[in-house]
Amino acid sequence: MTLLNVENLSVTLATSSGSAQAVRNLAFNLDIGEILGIAGESGSGKTMTALGLMRLLPHKGFATGSILFDGKNLLAESNKAYRDIRGNQISMIFQDPMTSLHPMIKIETQLTEHIRHHKKISQEAAHIRALELLNTVKIPDPASALEAMPKQFSGGMRQRIAIAVALACDPKLLIADEPTTALDVTVQAGILRLLDQLRREKNLAVMVITHDLGVLSSLTDRIMIMYAGSEVESGLTSDILKNPRHPYTKGLISALPTSDLSGKTLKTIEGMPPELGKIPSGCAFHPRCSYSRDPCALEIPQAVQISAKHRIFCPVNPLVNS
Amino acid sequence: MNELLKITDLSVEYRRNGRKIRAVAGVDLTLAPGEILGLVGESGCGKSSLGKAIVGIEKLASGEVQFKGNVVKPLDRRGRPPELRNLQMIFQDPYGSINPRRKIGEQIADGLIVAGKPKKEAFQISAELLEKVGLGATALDRYAHQFSGGQRQRIAIARALAASPDAIIADEPISALDTSSQAQVSNLLVSLVQEFGMGVIFISHDLSVVRKISDRIAVMYLGKIVEIGTTEQIWNHPSHPYTRALISAIPKADGNSNMPLDLPGDVPNPEFPPAGCRFHPRCPLVQVNCDKDVPELRRLKDGRDVACVIQTLNQDVIPLESIKGR
Repeated sequence: MTLLNVENLSVTLATSSGSAQAVRNLAFNLDIGEILGIAGESGSGKTMTALGLMRLLPHKGFATGSILFDGKNLLAESNKAYRDIRGNQISMIFQDPMTSLHPMIKIETQLTEHIRHHKKISQEAAHIRALELLNTVKIPDPASALEAMPKQFSGGMRQRIAIAVALACDPKLLIADEPTTALDVTVQAGILRLLDQLRREKNLAVMVITHDLGVLSSLTDRIMIMYAGSEVESGLTSDILKNPRHPYTKGLISALPTSDLSGKTLKTIEGMPPELGKIPSGCAFHPRCSYSRDPCALEIPQAVQISAKHRIFCPVNPLVNS
Repeated sequence: MNELLKITDLSVEYRRNGRKIRAVAGVDLTLAPGEILGLVGESGCGKSSLGKAIVGIEKLASGEVQFKGNVVKPLDRRGRPPELRNLQMIFQDPYGSINPRRKIGEQIADGLIVAGKPKKEAFQISAELLEKVGLGATALDRYAHQFSGGQRQRIAIARALAASPDAIIADEPISALDTSSQAQVSNLLVSLVQEFGMGVIFISHDLSVVRKISDRIAVMYLGKIVEIGTTEQIWNHPSHPYTRALISAIPKADGNSNMPLDLPGDVPNPEFPPAGCRFHPRCPLVQVNCDKDVPELRRLKDGRDVACVIQTLNQDVIPLESIKGR
């Protein structure tokens, strides 16, 4: 069942040289209990998509289009009404857990305050709920953890606590923005397993933003690849990683250190992604694309359906039919 | 042997609340010219402390570092003796290591002027170095904020190159960068090693890049080296349970939705290291006496060194799959 349906989403930000579009005409959906990965280099609009959904865009930034979540158009809700949705039905975790944890307030207060803001329950009930949450995210000795300060925990444990706060009100959707990028691989593996378990046990829908294709491969059901604010390719995880069709996706995959073990040189995609407000005409990727032809600079590519769930935004024939 | 760096029994200690913390607890290492040695381990295992101690930024509690036969002394106010100028370090954060208020050219030329070059020549060489790292001489008159993270890291490399280094200690040089800049910076380091025959100690927690560029890999856990060998040995046939755990925690981007294996627990507080083998509380293959006996590094038949009771001196690697934990 569809939980989230995004159509025609654009995010406009104010920059020193006028307004610029960070997300352009994005469309995607997410089912209950599904994990969707959004990938791309930095500046591709991944985080702005998430902040648009959370209505947490930077000053003077705004989103247009439609975001249907559980039947409601989130962009049409008043700020006051949205405060009951954010943190309650939709939660978010960030790369640095200290973004969401207060360094000077003990864990118990941070959890129970949040629960009692959204749910009318007693302090004792909130305390029990907080213990339960720390148990869910596998914090050893939850009772004494409640009494501790965030700085007493390691990075991985803090991210688990941030996840506990995000889960406090049983959200339907969790947005995770680079949740494991700052962590050691050994700790990352634990967080990935936890997110997967939460999806299975609570039917939680998760939107994971990361540039790490390995993380996407192990965790997600579907992937959307973004470039310069737009989707370039989306499909089932195995289709995208085993049979990428868009030149940009192919480039990302061949740039992995594990793709080619001969020699010491890592493959790169020539050039740099465009800066905000300086997006090339036509297909935004055409200046870096080895398949580029004359029309690529003029026409904005339309979606080409490869299979039921797999589509690319590139009309160049050899890729579509390969 | 023709070694650039010879590190013997190196220890680094910090003091916290009047107690001693051994961040590095007796490390032996060598680095040869033209070699890239990857140094890996979880955060808190002492990689950075070791790197800083090697170049003399951190005081040694014991042991000795020899660079081309000269003993490296801790850096003091009088600066570096000339014979140690060819030993350089690059740091993780290119935002912190470059002065935001001075022109890039001046900062690169500094090292050359200290080395006795006339000013004009120093700026000329700086321009050449900036070309070499792919930025062009126009960067001379610009400031740090005008560059992206990847470009700043290349500036930091150009500045290190000004000292015509024989050895570079690179402490997480690509961790703060974007994927595409990561590839460019690591390719630059590799090409410099191949061109000038420098030796590089590449400290990183990104094992897949380390595997790609290193000739040898040293694995550190809680201040000690637990395994060191060629990249092929370490990666394809790890002989220490910690090495294996690190490698199997890397998620594979193969589209097969396999969950990576996690290693429960954190690196313990170095203030109170576990008795016996420091890894034993987290080790899936822990044996009867692992909480008592301290394993020493021993050389196996294939030439690698490992500190684990499972492996026996001068013998073939015992496959970890055949071992059962206690």
